[in-house]
Amino acid sequence: MFDVFIDQFWQLTFSGISLGFIYVLIALGYTMVYGVLRMINFANSEIFMWGTFGAIVASRDLFKYTQTSDPVTGPKLVLVLVVQLFAAMAFAGLVAVLVEFVAYRRLRARGTNRLATLISAIGMSIVLSEVMRLLTASRPVGSPRILEKIILTEIWGAQIRLDTLITILAAGAIFIILERFVKLSRMGKAIRAVSMNEDAAKLMGINLNRVITVTFLVGGLATGAAAFFYVTVYEYTKFNIGFTMGLAAFTAAVLGGIGNIRGAFFGGIALGLAEVYAASILGTQWKSVTIFIILVLVLLFKPSGLFGEAVTQTRA
Amino acid sequence: MKNFNLRDFGAGIWERANRPQRVAIAISAIVLASLMPFAGGSFLATPIAAYDAVLVYPVAIFVLMSLGLNIVVGKSGMLDLGYVAFFAIGAYTMGFLGMHTSLNTWEIMPIGIGLAMLAGVLLGIPTLRLRGDYLAIVTLGFGEIIRIVALNVSWTNGPNGISGIPMPPDLGPIKFRLDDQKGFYWIVLVMILLTIWMIRRLSVRRPGRAWEAIRQDEDAAELMGVPTFKYKMWSFTLGAAVGGAAGVLYGSKNLFIAPEMFTLNVSILILACVVFGGIGNIWGVIVGGVVLGYLPDRIRFISDARLLVFGLVLIVVMNFRPDGLLPRKKREKAIVKKGADA
Repeated sequence: MFDVFIDQFWQLTFSGISLGFIYVLIALGYTMVYGVLRMINFANSEIFMWGTFGAIVASRDLFKYTQTSDPVTGPKLVLVLVVQLFAAMAFAGLVAVLVEFVAYRRLRARGTNRLATLISAIGMSIVLSEVMRLLTASRPVGSPRILEKIILTEIWGAQIRLDTLITILAAGAIFIILERFVKLSRMGKAIRAVSMNEDAAKLMGINLNRVITVTFLVGGLATGAAAFFYVTVYEYTKFNIGFTMGLAAFTAAVLGGIGNIRGAFFGGIALGLAEVYAASILGTQWKSVTIFIILVLVLLFKPSGLFGEAVTQTRA
Repeated sequence: MKNFNLRDFGAGIWERANRPQRVAIAISAIVLASLMPFAGGSFLATPIAAYDAVLVYPVAIFVLMSLGLNIVVGKSGMLDLGYVAFFAIGAYTMGFLGMHTSLNTWEIMPIGIGLAMLAGVLLGIPTLRLRGDYLAIVTLGFGEIIRIVALNVSWTNGPNGISGIPMPPDLGPIKFRLDDQKGFYWIVLVMILLTIWMIRRLSVRRPGRAWEAIRQDEDAAELMGVPTFKYKMWSFTLGAAVGGAAGVLYGSKNLFIAPEMFTLNVSILILACVVFGGIGNIWGVIVGGVVLGYLPDRIRFISDARLLVFGLVLIVVMNFRPDGLLPRKKREKAIVKKGADA
């Protein structure tokens, strides 16, 4: 049972970290929206799913690569990857803003209860995934191989592959950029102000609606970047991949302390590792069950997460 | 006409009626409902599936489950997105015990209900202390986990499911046949009536008042001495019990169950039924279950995009008519009136 785990420990660790970086970015989507709205964005998983399609649309329809074409090399490779990244982020960002407009804005303006907003967000997430299901006729969609999966080097028997290494470095860079944006920029300051005290922020002349839209957009961009890395590594997507990825990333956000951006980072990496280790010990089919048990345990014993705030109290 | 409210209109008739009139209204409603299976030849006929089968599943079972989910979502204001889990537990209890023991459907029913309630308690302990959106996402995960477990353990027969589940034995003149499902319809109708009776009894007593207080403001309720955790747990497990009962009947009716029947979609469909008709109002929920259960089978193009339509229903209803078609009775009105009388 533990043979695979022990034999391949370093290999698993490496892939766990790279998966963890994907979770970090999706968790950022959950945590940012939670920070300002004190609400879980239920549609974030579907924003991720739309992002993966954005990346595939770019390589398949824009650059006309097919499943059988050779991997790209040289400067063209960088161009294609960057365009894919931007396409995924644009898709996800637009969908995120759409979610805010359709599912949240009207209810917020009227000040109706949380239950109504939750249900509206759930409806939005169903609509997003169903539209994609009908568009793709429920079929999985493969991505053309853009980045050749070269093995760069081996450390302690772990193969360091180009695509996973790029995921770690680039996702880390995007995370730092977004973290700095929230920390340093004028808009970031406004976002933090709203998340501290909405009424006081309003009185200080902050345009609440704009801040919330920007928060959804930034969360969507992070989720979209995650979607691009997912497509690059796994080269596959389907209308229903959002659920598992969303649950995992949400667990990561809760583990790190939801609403806390750095918490999302540690939570994401920890969850990536936990998932890969658990899959090697129990078998991949129990992956989601493990994630769910982690979520319940965290909520049971440390609902504030490792770095976060208490979630049991009701807040208006 | 601006303030016309169908719910209050109906409630007004009921309020003005004296006891014999009320009994007459109730009996004629029940008789009308039990005669529904004979209306198959009319414009109600469904193009694809047999009409009497459609009446049992989805229509009647949706109504039953919506009533159960309404105890959780409508009465105490907790969003349970994993309601399908209790349905699945009921169905798998039926499938497993029906295949491996000589127990019949009626004997398995209490076991299925008990196991669903047990699952409700086990899930409720860690999660009911949390705020609403956490409960929502944990129940969402739970619903999916039950499906994954059913898919991967050996005694559920994995993705192949359990087939050849025994039908219920005949109850006197009520016969249970695959090609004539009136018997099933009547049994589900009886369970719907029992559930309605249970909810109505509870609503006017201590649990109902506690749920209402929790739904409006949990902190205030706790401060007023309402043991909120206890009553939330009751609402959660009662909802689970109804879901489990629906599952046992479904397993026994369908003869075959497989994990793919118990996806998140079922939870969403049931939630849509509750929301569409009017959260918290029994009659609204029934209308929601009937309309959303029946229409996709009647109108062909909806059945392909059923879930899309239901997702849109959730968004549109919440944004434009958050109380649904038949909004719940405004409780404060009744209280003020009582005070004036005294």
